Amino acid sequence: MLESVFSIAFFVQSLRISLPYALPALGATFSERSGVINIALEGIMLISAFATTVGTYYSNEPFMGILIGALAGMLTALLHGIISVTFKADQIVSGIAINVLAIGLTKFSCQLIFHSSSNSARIVGLEQWKFLPNIPILDNPFIVGTIILFLMLQVVLFKTTFGLRLRAVGEHPEAADTAGVNVKRMRHLGVLISGALAGLGGAWLAIDQHSFTDGMTAGRGFIALAAMIIGKWTPYGAAGACLLFGFAESLSIQLQSTSHAVQFIQMIPYVLTMIVLAGFIGRATPPAADGIPYEKE
Amino acid sequence: MKYYKTSLLQLIGPLLALLLSFLIGGIFIFFVGRDPILVYERFFSQTLGNAYGMSQVLFKATPLMFTGLCVALSFRAGLFNIGAEGQLIIGTFLTAWVGFTFNSLPALVLIPFCLIAGILGGAFWGAIPGVLKAKFGAHEVINTIMMNFIAAALVSYLVINVYAVPATIHTPQISPASELPRLDFLVDSLRGSPANVSVFLALTASIFCYYFLWKTRWGYELRALGLSRSASEYAGINIGQRTIMTLALSGGIAGLVGSNFVMGYKHYFELGFSEGIGYIGIAVALLAKNHPLGIILTAVFFGILEYGTLTIGTFVPKELSNILQAIVILFVLITSKLINWWIRQLQALTAIGNVHA
Repeated sequence: MLESVFSIAFFVQSLRISLPYALPALGATFSERSGVINIALEGIMLISAFATTVGTYYSNEPFMGILIGALAGMLTALLHGIISVTFKADQIVSGIAINVLAIGLTKFSCQLIFHSSSNSARIVGLEQWKFLPNIPILDNPFIVGTIILFLMLQVVLFKTTFGLRLRAVGEHPEAADTAGVNVKRMRHLGVLISGALAGLGGAWLAIDQHSFTDGMTAGRGFIALAAMIIGKWTPYGAAGACLLFGFAESLSIQLQSTSHAVQFIQMIPYVLTMIVLAGFIGRATPPAADGIPYEKE
Repeated sequence: MKYYKTSLLQLIGPLLALLLSFLIGGIFIFFVGRDPILVYERFFSQTLGNAYGMSQVLFKATPLMFTGLCVALSFRAGLFNIGAEGQLIIGTFLTAWVGFTFNSLPALVLIPFCLIAGILGGAFWGAIPGVLKAKFGAHEVINTIMMNFIAAALVSYLVINVYAVPATIHTPQISPASELPRLDFLVDSLRGSPANVSVFLALTASIFCYYFLWKTRWGYELRALGLSRSASEYAGINIGQRTIMTLALSGGIAGLVGSNFVMGYKHYFELGFSEGIGYIGIAVALLAKNHPLGIILTAVFFGILEYGTLTIGTFVPKELSNILQAIVILFVLITSKLINWWIRQLQALTAIGNVHA
């Protein structure tokens, strides 16, 4: 048992599992730092997973599918942005509506395109990309890309003018507005970035599974929110939380043969989030203007 | 501008949203290659054109009344309870558990026992985020979402590993003494319809919530809390206690869903039975502007959507119902913002008019 946990294969499996948590969690961090709660991540991922499947199915080129998936994610996020930033309507209700829309829209379209509301046809995966070295971790462009994105976006958020402005509109939009920052535009950008990243997360699910199945995101968009909170609204923190979740889930797969209580391991991210939110592990303080529409005086 | 006029104007928002969603639904139907008018004709004649269809609509509307009331009650106290899904799962499981465990009890004892177990289960699940909010200031939105997933995992463990009938994902049958009668005992043409007397329980719950909110001291305090936390604190209302109480009461109402699904219909608890009705409850409450009596109407409307799309399932994928539900919510959000803006403009104009006159 122990040797299987400390193997490279186990580590790679943990990384692969944490990918579809990490990408949307990074996105959620950007959205909430700009002041917009994005509960729609789950729906965005689902729509992107479907768009990736359709794109790959018709082009037979996974790269094309992933691009279409990310764009579909941004388009869905744009809808959330229009409702919650432009119209200043309730961000949580908007997110829930988009999640319901995603379930319906993907199954509806799946029925029309693949003549089954629950399964798509098989699509090609990343096997075609043979230009990467045959070394664990490095041979998976998605893992490499995600690591690079995290390193890059941590810097963008905390060391660039753009990041400063993004955080400013989430902390104190009045002050940012006075300083000449366009609050609405920054918030739209925050939501769009979250859409692109959650879209990549959904794309990975479809590419990894070689198909779309209904509801395949299985709550990952919400676990991503949990990771963002446990990571205290920072990219590195979110990455740490996602690795922890990936490790726990990997472990539960190993345990499946010997134990019947995998459901309790599934609860870990949720219980941990509640403990962190209650302030038992340091303080978890969201951006001050998170979730509050900005009304210009 | 007089109050009643503005509140009438505010009704335009939801009505416009309904109209627009059916319009967009028509576009979807057209896209599938069907005639929207013919499909809608079937949609409405099958749901509202006969007693059987109407009873199916009521069956679909019953759990939505419970979850809609659950969300609305919290909303009135300024709390956003997204946990109806988890609360109803726990409550429904407990209803079934009592039903198949204490199977020697007579109906007169067992039926109230099952219902109370459902209420207590939902109330307990609602009270936890309430306590976390009251004691630690933890935001109820994230906590109720987390509790939904914990509930799903917990009940999945209990059903699969402890209680499941082999090779199924449901529990044993509840005792016949805990079953609620179907409506076909009243009207013969309803034979085969799953509609059962739990719809009367849902209607009673709506009236109870209305009475509670506007005619009792607790209800008054709850609404005061929703209008202004700081003002209610000055008025001497124990905010923490009321927060916990409100979320527990909300959860308890959601916990009654089992009366419809378990006691009235399937007679066992099945994993995944809820299909997100906890989330649709948010839409039901939103469309009714959180009014308990309005919820009866909006739950019936969503019931029409759900059963109606089933009846046209041979022409259009039944997932159209989710799409229509979402579009209604999104349009309600937008139109109510637009109409509020419009009302403010009108009020400003009349104010200017008054000054000049």
